[in-house]
Amino acid sequence: MNGQQPRSVAAAIDAIYRTESRRIFATLIRLLGDFDIAEEALHDAFRAALEHWPREGVPANPRAWLVSAGRFKAIDGIRRRARFDALDDRMDEVEAIVDESVAFEREDIDDDRLRLIFTCCHPALSPDAQVALTLREICGLTTEAIAQAFLTAAPTLAQRIVRAKGKIRDARIPYEVPAATELPARLDSVLRVIYLVFNEGYSASSGPALMRVDLSAEAIRLGRLLVALLPDPEAIGLLALMLLQESRRAARVSPAGDIVLLDEQDRSLWNEAQIAEGSALVRRAMAAERSGPYTLQAAIAAVHANAKRGELTDWSEIVALYGLLMRIEPSPVVELNRAVALAMRDGPSAGLALVDAILARGDLGEYHLAHAVRADFCRRLGDVQQARASYRRAIALARQEPERRFLERRLAELAATGAAA
Amino acid sequence: MQYLLLCCFDEDRWDKLPETERERIMHEYGKFQHDLAASGQYRAGAKLGSIQTATTLRERAGKPVVTDGPFAETKEHLGGYHLIDCKDLDEAIAIARRIPTLSAGGAVEVRPVESGHQA
Repeated sequence: MNGQQPRSVAAAIDAIYRTESRRIFATLIRLLGDFDIAEEALHDAFRAALEHWPREGVPANPRAWLVSAGRFKAIDGIRRRARFDALDDRMDEVEAIVDESVAFEREDIDDDRLRLIFTCCHPALSPDAQVALTLREICGLTTEAIAQAFLTAAPTLAQRIVRAKGKIRDARIPYEVPAATELPARLDSVLRVIYLVFNEGYSASSGPALMRVDLSAEAIRLGRLLVALLPDPEAIGLLALMLLQESRRAARVSPAGDIVLLDEQDRSLWNEAQIAEGSALVRRAMAAERSGPYTLQAAIAAVHANAKRGELTDWSEIVALYGLLMRIEPSPVVELNRAVALAMRDGPSAGLALVDAILARGDLGEYHLAHAVRADFCRRLGDVQQARASYRRAIALARQEPERRFLERRLAELAATGAAA
Repeated sequence: MQYLLLCCFDEDRWDKLPETERERIMHEYGKFQHDLAASGQYRAGAKLGSIQTATTLRERAGKPVVTDGPFAETKEHLGGYHLIDCKDLDEAIAIARRIPTLSAGGAVEVRPVESGHQA
């Protein structure tokens, strides 16, 4: 405050802010019952720490000190406003807060963070709002950083967050970990939000936006937090899946920004620590009685990640895992992936038969990768004409520039070999 | 906290349901209301007359205009409502999930009643 505070105390407060502020915030929401009041209380608490700690020293339990400081500041504020507005229900609110005995047990604090996660990912909020709220309130990113990461205007994003908080307050979305009967469905919603954040970061990583927040890293951090708080097999499976996909980040795009396919990637660029951690998590998740979709996708990623060379990939295992995935979550995209694996195991004509069956059914006709896969099968079978037609269709449907460039390169190579033949 | 559960349904679809199915649904509704009354959460509720009986009022150029039919031109219309007391949205959703027309393609809109305006 006056420039005389010991540097070490300021540094300690800084460190506590970084590691503890979101936890304290989560507890303050429970105690105060409102996101905005809790946010204000959090800042008041740290302001109070900057004032008191240099004189009195850092308390033995800084988190507990900050929670009660924030709580009392908030109660003061509500009392002042209540007197000003002469609102009786506001006073009732204060009494309710004051009466509540504050628990600082480790369990309660952890529960508060889970409550925050489940509330931010509540299905009564729009998916966009769930993502924005999660990054703002759990990860503590600024509205500007989130807006930039999603290429959205900051006021639009701020509005989205304000509206979501308004719905939480007015429709009374509870600040609770759901009951056991509701948990699987509600957890799905949390996992979907985390994976959405991850994928946004993963696909943006090929773009020119070096200044953007690393959303994949934020998603992995969220995944770790969730696994620590609620070690559900699918949460473990999702964390494994993200780590295994992230392990290939350096290899999946060429220095020129072009996509490099899995079998052409320089495997020495893969992150071994992430592969080891991801594979161990897959084993842990697979120990559950019945594997969910994230776990199975992670298991497939682990088979790829653990093949030292492309030709050592255990395609039979991958075909089997896609078969399991088809059984619990059938979709044309999963079927397409299974066709690719089958073609690697049994040859391109087996794969082509499957892809043609999917397309004949009227599925994936507008999905560029279905045509790209078909083109690749035809090319390997020597049917240049069919391959060319499918590449052209894929290029017409591709939306991202690197993907289009990749397909055009393939088409050009085809023309070259076609001419040579 | 009070919530209004608005039960929306496609009337054509309702009319095409077999008689036994309609009876089953109405019986389920009775049970639903009875259970909520027993737990002290039921405030009010009713099944509305068909949309053939609806009349809509608007004001145009300062004059009331009365027209035949419901106000929204959609396939699904409000067919009934329940006003209930719940501790939060999750409880309201859990109760709304038991509304029997859901399994026959209906929708339920859950709306909180503004505090200070509760019945």
